[in-house]
Amino acid sequence: MAVDTQAPSRGFIGASYRTCPETGLKVCSQAEALIKVNAVVAVVFLAVGGFFGLMVALTRWPAVHLLPADWFYLLLTAHGADVLLFWVIFFEVAVLYFASAIILNCRLAAPKFAWLAFVLMVVGAVLANVAVLQGESSVMFTSYVPMQAAPHFYLGLIVFAVGTLIAVFCFFGTLVIAKEEGSYEGSVPLVTFGAITAAIIAVFTIASGAIILIPTFLWSIGYISHIDPLMYKVIWWGMGHASQQINVSAQVAIWYAVAAMLLGAKPLSEKVSRMAFLMYILFLQLASAHHLLVEPGVSSEWKIFNTSYALYLAVLGSMIHGMSIPGAMEAAQRRNGFNNGIFEWLRKAPWSNPAFSGTMLSIVIFGFLGGISGVVMGTEQLNLIMHNTLYVPGHFHATVVGGTTLAFMAVSYLLVPLIFRKEIMFKKIAQWQPYVFGAGVAGISLFMMGAGTLGVARRHWDMGFSDAAMSFDYPATAFLMMGLNGIAALCAALGGLMYVLVIVCSVFFGKARTPESIAAFPTLPKTGGAATVTTYGSEAHPKLPGTVVLVSVFFVAFVLYYYVNWKYLSEVWPLS
Amino acid sequence: MAIFPPQNRLWWKEPLSGIEITWIGVAFVWGLVMFGTMVGWHFVGKQNLSNETYRINPNAFGEKVEAMVERYQVREEGDTGIPVVHPAPGTDIYMLGRLWEWYPVLELEKDQKYRLHLSSMDWQHGFSLQPQNINLQVHPGYEMVLTITPDKSGEYAVVCNEFCGIGHHTMVGKIHVIDNK
Repeated sequence: MAVDTQAPSRGFIGASYRTCPETGLKVCSQAEALIKVNAVVAVVFLAVGGFFGLMVALTRWPAVHLLPADWFYLLLTAHGADVLLFWVIFFEVAVLYFASAIILNCRLAAPKFAWLAFVLMVVGAVLANVAVLQGESSVMFTSYVPMQAAPHFYLGLIVFAVGTLIAVFCFFGTLVIAKEEGSYEGSVPLVTFGAITAAIIAVFTIASGAIILIPTFLWSIGYISHIDPLMYKVIWWGMGHASQQINVSAQVAIWYAVAAMLLGAKPLSEKVSRMAFLMYILFLQLASAHHLLVEPGVSSEWKIFNTSYALYLAVLGSMIHGMSIPGAMEAAQRRNGFNNGIFEWLRKAPWSNPAFSGTMLSIVIFGFLGGISGVVMGTEQLNLIMHNTLYVPGHFHATVVGGTTLAFMAVSYLLVPLIFRKEIMFKKIAQWQPYVFGAGVAGISLFMMGAGTLGVARRHWDMGFSDAAMSFDYPATAFLMMGLNGIAALCAALGGLMYVLVIVCSVFFGKARTPESIAAFPTLPKTGGAATVTTYGSEAHPKLPGTVVLVSVFFVAFVLYYYVNWKYLSEVWPLS
Repeated sequence: MAIFPPQNRLWWKEPLSGIEITWIGVAFVWGLVMFGTMVGWHFVGKQNLSNETYRINPNAFGEKVEAMVERYQVREEGDTGIPVVHPAPGTDIYMLGRLWEWYPVLELEKDQKYRLHLSSMDWQHGFSLQPQNINLQVHPGYEMVLTITPDKSGEYAVVCNEFCGIGHHTMVGKIHVIDNK
């Protein structure tokens, strides 16, 4: 492909651009169109998968017990695939295109391939959904062998993964073009760096998925006689858990982006934030071990090294982001004039802006509920009292729903005016949406973790064990927890509905942004956006007492909760 | 701003602020402490999984289970027809998972050691001992061996907590722990 390197500002022949009236960035029209379609399809899968999730939660509410067993397991499988895989990955592809072509001010590489990627992803996702809804593939999202799904279930996932891989390579290609054409000076922005982290982990993830899903597909059509169940798990979780690290990287990049766009926040130090992302690339992949801690055939040494990400070095990365993002916000707010006391900067933050409130709730739910529970559950011995109980979905609803999904929702309130160039409709609903959704998700996570601590199994249709030859009564508190979980799920579903309503209506029926409305209601407030662009650089050694208090509270909660669980463990039967 | 390239092109030479250095130090040391706790529990803790596992043909495992049932059966569990075995303390005891039961019912003596062998005849199952809340994964083709010492008497349920098909919720087994006579 011939690139006109002599005149980089004109860009590649055939690429067309507009200039964003709010940021001054050059926007490649192909990138913009692809961001739109990927984001719209993502929201469709969120709506469908979220609805399935509500059905599941209502079935697990003992007093309601909505669905029969076969439908429960069918919709639970579909729920996992649609939200854990399709919603987040479609949205992440949109984020990758945004973090490359838009932020780096250049054209998207190979737009035809990017469209092919999109088509493959849609075909794969629809195929997998058809397989599940036909009823022959209720194998759960994890599809552990020797339980077998219909061949087109695996095929759908494989086609989807191929599409994703092509999209990731369009992202890498865009980075190369931006560098070649000199569309930016020096190093890539931190947000793009975070997106690169996500993309690198995505390649590893998809490779693991191909290594295990292709033989499993061949097994399902009879070409391979046996898949070892333990080997399947080791490699499948190389995809299953590593794909969650794509989410973490993308979501942390969004945290930085929203803090920058709304508050003008600069990272306290580029070096530290980038090192933290690098630690994700180097260590997060070891997390397959989190799913194998009570498995036969895996040694303690292997478990300890891998489950701790070497020496908790990926956890260190997350803890760094958990300090540096609030720190950057505090520094920016103090610079913006909110300098009284310890917490004026936080009190007077734009809490009525759903992009900001969603981001803050995402940070808090991810850190306090998701992060701490993840480390505890990923401790070799502590996993004994948690494995496959509801504690597990409690944990990952805090990370993937409270963390990733809420962050994606938050950034949507910026993408709609900036990329779709539409006014956000129903502003009051939008303003409340992150709170309603966040409260629901926090409830789901806490109540499921509570029920899990009391031993309630995950992926289980009836905690009353009807029709069982021998029975068991969980404590009454466990039933209470599952009732509260159902109520929290209704709250989260309402929050999800509010999001879909606001975003879909704004995108399809919203008023177009005009120069007047942009001047009256800028998406990026003057304190953020362009105002601080000229003074970019690492934050100069500010005093950040608020952040010190916040991370201290986090740390104390972490240490206490960690050792409380060791106490629980010490009370069960001795095993060796 | 994190959405623009660093203005200072030599950003990696900028000094770190005190709060960052302190937090990185605290977080790193905490990571070492957690790592050390896991390793240390193998020396001081009483709840550690053994690494003893064998590959086994499901039918061969089934035969071992039947041999134990024949030798040690004492009665049937209620009207379920499922045998209850009371193996001698200190011996090897077996429990197998299959669609959709845990077999057989074990009767153990309090504060005695047993070598528990677990495996599956078909799909994966989850051995979830309630209300202790001890959870182990059971694979077909792998025989996991661990030494257990029930230290409280009572009636315990073994719930299956790995999804194993439509009858998954009916898969409940039993372990009785009785006081020594």
